Amino acid sequence: MKPEAKRILETADALRRTLPEDFRDRLVESLYAEAEAITRRVVHLEGDPLSWEERIDRIVTHPLWGLPLMVLGLAVIFWITIVGANYPSELLAAVLFAIEDLGSRAFAALHVPAILTDFLWHGVYRGLAWVVSVMLPPMAIFFPIFTILEDLGYLPRVAFNMDWLFKKAGAHGKQALTMAMGFGCNAAGVVATRIIESPRERLIAILTNNFVPCNGRWPLLIMLGSLFFAAVVPPRFRSLAATGAVLGAVLVGVFFTFLVSWLLSRTLLRGEPSAFTLELPPYRRPNVLRILYTSFIDRTVKILWRAVYMAAPAGGLIWILANVQVGSRSLVQILAGWLQPLGHLIGLDGMILLAYIVAIPANEIVIPTLIMGYTGARTMVELESLEALRHLLVDQQGWTLLTAVSLMLFAVLHNPCSTTILTIWKETGSKRWAAVGTFLPLAVAFATTFVVATLWRLLGGG
Amino acid sequence: MKLLPRPKAAPACETCPLFPREWLLEEGKWDYLVALAGNPNTGKSTIFNALTGLRQHVGNWPGKTVARAEGGFSFGGKRYKVVDLPGTYSLLTMSQEEEIARDFLLFGRPDAVIVVVDATALERNLNLTLQVLEITSRVVVALNLMDEARRRGIRVNPRALSRELGVPVVPTVARTGKGLRRLLETVEGVIEGRIATHPRRIPLDPELEKAVQTLVPLLLEAFPGLPHARWIALRLLDGDPSIRRAVETGELARLVPEPVP
Repeated sequence: MKPEAKRILETADALRRTLPEDFRDRLVESLYAEAEAITRRVVHLEGDPLSWEERIDRIVTHPLWGLPLMVLGLAVIFWITIVGANYPSELLAAVLFAIEDLGSRAFAALHVPAILTDFLWHGVYRGLAWVVSVMLPPMAIFFPIFTILEDLGYLPRVAFNMDWLFKKAGAHGKQALTMAMGFGCNAAGVVATRIIESPRERLIAILTNNFVPCNGRWPLLIMLGSLFFAAVVPPRFRSLAATGAVLGAVLVGVFFTFLVSWLLSRTLLRGEPSAFTLELPPYRRPNVLRILYTSFIDRTVKILWRAVYMAAPAGGLIWILANVQVGSRSLVQILAGWLQPLGHLIGLDGMILLAYIVAIPANEIVIPTLIMGYTGARTMVELESLEALRHLLVDQQGWTLLTAVSLMLFAVLHNPCSTTILTIWKETGSKRWAAVGTFLPLAVAFATTFVVATLWRLLGGG
Repeated sequence: MKLLPRPKAAPACETCPLFPREWLLEEGKWDYLVALAGNPNTGKSTIFNALTGLRQHVGNWPGKTVARAEGGFSFGGKRYKVVDLPGTYSLLTMSQEEEIARDFLLFGRPDAVIVVVDATALERNLNLTLQVLEITSRVVVALNLMDEARRRGIRVNPRALSRELGVPVVPTVARTGKGLRRLLETVEGVIEGRIATHPRRIPLDPELEKAVQTLVPLLLEAFPGLPHARWIALRLLDGDPSIRRAVETGELARLVPEPVP
């Protein structure tokens, strides 16, 4: 490089540091102000040229109400899901567990060895039945609503509303879109970060995508919300309390997305957020067939299937662990015992941590694994309703409100599933970033739950 | 009219990061180079097709996944080459499209730039127009979709707009070809210097202005006679990688006009 050229570049770099941090924004702002002023002088409007779309956009992307409106919308969706899923969930459970009863009786009548009956019906089948009855109804309500919003063209408006927050965090505004994808599936969210052109901001989006709960984690949040938070308020506010709990968990995840993005962009991934232009596409009439297909086949059925085929072997594994005795204790009790001190420290217990280890391949199977872990030995309760589940968790396993809070936080913040980890590795081409993407959330989850549990106990909570 | 032959071999500059005019097809077979800029969905491509008819070549920008169209036509006894730049909302971000449009406006050294503007969304379109005016003064604005604007009760005054921008403004309806002839006459006038332009420039913040003033003499010292030095200084302050590269490799010297023999 010629010395003059070197001098020019060095001077430019030195000068840039003397400029106010937001000089780009100011440049763009004066440009926009100029464009607006010129337009005002040369355009004459007859009547009201605003289309109905522009009118709606004025409301949903309003600088003040845009964001609260969005959160409110999310709350309404959760509420509909929680209220609507309750009854079908119990019905399904009743039917499926009646089948378990019939099946095991039939096996007994056919003189099948008791151990096989136990393994197949009370191990593998029970796991499947749980997955289906707990997960199917909320999914069948939540996904179609979510898909309708997607199809309407609401997501770009979400990105628009949240842009300034991402910019404050030093990240890219399009991260809002990859986050919305993450609500469906974090692996898909990680792939979707390809729309972010700057590698720095893309990495931030990849590493923090996990903080939005994916499909596989919704049922756990909804279940805990309904079981624990609904129980501490008068009956008429139950569904509201549950909704608030789920919404709170999601907002905590969003908060950590921003916090971790902010920290990353000031430490490992230092740099300026880059500008981009986002056009709000016209609203479309949702296509009923496409919504039915996407929400039922693409989301509900596929996820359920994944849960089922991952839960069956996990159910088998847990059953074996629960029934193999070493001395006077089962393997599951021994393993959970080892994890107990760590679990207690963060407001959980050993069994929950064990369930999370078993569930690394798929978050969907945390609940079934947990239930099988608790009840897997022969002395088990029949779990035909949420009330029975509550009985198991609270009366027999000593769960408290702290356990529920910690578990919800842990569910939102903990490490991504193995599919997502592999996707991070593939997308970044680096094992190091895949490791960061795995252990950073895990550390955040442990730290957060530890602080919450410690404070809770200090303040005299359960 | 006939289709342009495909290029036989890759032009010499297939790999160079900037897009100099020498890299265009059929170098030497045209007199004037015109670039078409504009937001997406403004009828830019409709104007391009109306001007070039079948005489066009479609490919990619070298090393990019962005489609590129160039074509030719004759007007007033001169042969024109037209390059359809990617549709963008701005020239300031790092997206491939904006980088291409930005670099071509600078390094392609077009003799004139037609900025196609959507009359129904003037404000948004002016953002880009004002940015183009920062780079080059040889600009003609095609105020397109005038029929649609009228239908929606939006009256745009082309003469007032022209006064504001300091460059000619021609109302067009690209779909029907209305106004295109006047557009070409105006382009010819701007290229041949019969129509003078005084583009509106955005006033800069005092600090920014001072930084630009420091950098411009250094640029002119290293590259005597460099046009657009102000814009280049701004881009360097913004850390634009392709302009940095052009300074490093000395490619910026290409912008200096050759002395008239």
